[in-house]
Formats: sequence, structure tokens, C-alpha cells
Amino acid sequence: MFDSLLQTLGLSTFSLKGFGPLLLEGTWMTVKLSLLSLLVSIVLGLIGAAAKLSSSAVLRIPAQLYTTLIRGVPDLVLMLLIFYSLQTWLSQLTDAMEWDYIEIDAFSAGVVTLGFIYGAYFTETFRGAILSVPRGQVEAATAYGLNRGQRFRFVVFPQMMRFALPGIGNNWQVLLKATALVSIIGLADLVKAAQDAGKSTYQLFYFLVLAALIYLLITSASNFALRWAERRYSAGSREAQR
Amino acid sequence: MIELLQEYWRPFLYSDGVHITGLAMTMWLLSASIAIGFVVSIPLSIARVSRTFWVRWPVQFYTYLFRGTPLYIQLLICYTGIYSLEAVRAQPLLDSFFRDAMNCTILAFALNTCAYTTEIFAGAIRSMNHGEVEAAKAYGLTGWKLYAYVIMPSALRRSLPFYSNEVILMLHSTTVAFTATVPDILKVARDANSATFMTFQSFGIAAIIYLCITFILVGLFRLAERRWLAFLGPAH
Repeated sequence: MFDSLLQTLGLSTFSLKGFGPLLLEGTWMTVKLSLLSLLVSIVLGLIGAAAKLSSSAVLRIPAQLYTTLIRGVPDLVLMLLIFYSLQTWLSQLTDAMEWDYIEIDAFSAGVVTLGFIYGAYFTETFRGAILSVPRGQVEAATAYGLNRGQRFRFVVFPQMMRFALPGIGNNWQVLLKATALVSIIGLADLVKAAQDAGKSTYQLFYFLVLAALIYLLITSASNFALRWAERRYSAGSREAQR
Repeated sequence: MIELLQEYWRPFLYSDGVHITGLAMTMWLLSASIAIGFVVSIPLSIARVSRTFWVRWPVQFYTYLFRGTPLYIQLLICYTGIYSLEAVRAQPLLDSFFRDAMNCTILAFALNTCAYTTEIFAGAIRSMNHGEVEAAKAYGLTGWKLYAYVIMPSALRRSLPFYSNEVILMLHSTTVAFTATVPDILKVARDANSATFMTFQSFGIAAIIYLCITFILVGLFRLAERRWLAFLGPAH
């Protein structure tokens, strides 16, 4: 339908040449991959932040090491390192435990890898956000008889989200753009689809620009959603008038 | 591990005998793109905060485009996309420029980092204390003198912490250069990996080199901050 519309408009150079479904599939792959890795990294980030703020050095030191090392090394290097080593490590583990051989597919390996890398960035974001919640809030919650879990769920978490949101937004944008790299480790994402379509139609420039525009669309949409969330979570807080 | 190091320490650090490779190449990529990005972003950041719509808007659009898309795609467009156009190959000058992988890589990197740096500097100019500008105006400074003597020196200093972040992110981004056949540290690591099948060791060495550069850069920026941000008080 899109193609025939272009034909009637006399813009058949911009036709997708039947690569529309491939591009859509690639886009879906990119979105799926980034959302799942976001989930993994937020969970890792919360655990990491809790470990970094813990009073026991057994938890604090590994968490410190995790954030420093991961954030000091380029994500692409880590991606190649973890992605290619993950299967080897898993095979060694299954051998040692005498389990059956487990083959991990490229997609889950990609999710684990990206989640593990960006978990370090989220750890720092959440640590800063938790520290920004006034101490008195936790003390008051304790005085009301809330236990540890309740204190986190009802008092610290809703307030912490307000401080964490700008950081989460930044990390999400970086994570989304980092998923463009997974085509290097062989996943069929948007970049790979655009390259394949471009190479077979000899219109590489057009399809790459198209892929860039799709990324722009996703980043703009998420920017919009984040601004909405920021407004929602800052309900009840006042900013100084300038 | 020892054999790997014995065979590959030279390409990892500076040369494979013919070309500059590894650490030297990464540092060259980083410094070239950062330098171009810095020089271009200063006028752009001033335009970004301009009150005239037609001056501000094109810069805003440029930063929006380049910050909203992945660097990898930008590099692919520069390296393979543009050269696939007939019109570019027909022009001798453009043809010779875009045929060279190094030119395309530095062009893509410089455009990318320039967009981020422009926003950082523009933010610093915007958050400038109004009293500072008013005092400068009261002393009779106007036009470019106001910018050259008061606004830019102050804005550049205050953006140092954010700028250091950007430089480190750029160092990390230079790793995509190997996809355009530029022999940086990661390219050497990949070659070592495919020759020896020691995946963890090959990429591990690359990771350690990058980690060292990151730590050195962080240290240098901390020194710079101590020197140029001393006026911000005892917090530093």
C-alpha cells in the first residue's frame, strides 16, 4: 500500500522495495532487546545500589568493583568479551556440574550482556537517588512501625523515583543507542535489516538514513514519555520560581 | 596468555609494522575528533542560545539529529552510505575524501561529539549568573568582547565536569571505528581473537588498556577541575 502511494506521488525512488517487513522486524527486535535489557539493568541497578549503600564490606566492595570496572571499559568491548565468553563459561559450568549442555541463543545472550553492562550505570543512578531521599523520611517510617520492605515500597521508592528519573531517562537513551551495536555480534536488529536491504537494492544511503530516522522516532517518543513521567513523579514538590 | 602478549603487544600499543594501530590509533581518533568537536562547538553553542529563531533553530535541529541517533549508524552513513551515492563518486574531491576510511570515521566522530559538546556549552552559557553578565556590560563590554572575555571563559570552566564525561564517552565510542576497518585497539583484539581463539584474554587485554586510559583521563580532568574550578569553593 505504502509503495503504491509512493508510485502515484511519483516518488518511487523512496520505495521500500519489499523490505518493509524486514525493517519492521528489525525495529521490533531493537525495541524488544532494549526493553528487556532495561528491565534486567534496572533490577541489577537496584540490587547494586542496595549493595553499595550496605554497611557490610562484603557487599560493598564487589558492587564498587562492578560499577568502576564496567563503567571504565567501552560497552562494545564488554559486549564482545561477555557475548563470546558467555557460552564458554556456561559450557564449563555444565561440564563441571555434569548437567546437560545448554545452548544460549544470541538474543538472550544479548539481553544478559546489555543488562549487565547498563546495570552498572543504573546502580550509580539509584544510589544517588536513594541518598537524595531525606534521612528523616526513613526515620519517620520506622517510627510508624513499617518494616524494611514496607519502608522501601511506600516511602523510599516513590520519592527516590523523582530523583532517579532524569538519570533513568539518560541511561535509557544511551542503552537504546547501544543496541545498534548488537548487529556487530550477529543479531538481526534494525541496523542489520537496513544494511541488508541497502546492499541488495544498492540504496545503502537511503536505508541507513531510514534506520536513523526510526531511531530518532523512538528516542523522541521516549523523551516525550519521560517528560510525562517526570511531571507525574514530581507531584507535590515545588520548584523555586526564577 | 604470555604468548598472546608476546606476539601482540606491539600492535596493541602502536604499530603492526606498516600502519599505526592499537592504542596510538585510538588516541589519534580521540584527540582529532575531540579537537574538531571543541573548536566547532564554541560558535555553535553561542548560536544555540541566540535569541534569534533562525540562528538558534538550525543548531538545535543539528544537535537533535545527532544526539537522537546512534553513532554506529552515523558512522555507517558516512563510511558506506555516502560513498554508495553516484553523485559523490562523480566528484573527484568528494570521491577521494570519502574513499578513505579514516576521513569518514573522524568526520562521523567529530560531528557526533560536536553535537553533545554544543549542548553542554550552551547549557553552561544559559546557567550563567546574570550578575556576571550585567557587570561585564556595565564595564562597557559588548558583542564578541563580552563573549571572549567574560561569558566563554566562565561557561567553559563550569562545563568542565560535564565535558570530561563527554570525552570519556567519546573514548568509549571510538571502539566502533573497527567496523570501518580502522585498526584501533579493538580491531587488534579481534585479530588476536580470531588468530588464537583466546577470546577472554584478547578482549580482556583491550578492556584493561581502555580502563587505564579512562583512569588517566579521569585523573587529568580532576587536576584540571582543581585548577580551574577552585573559585567554586571548598567543595572541590
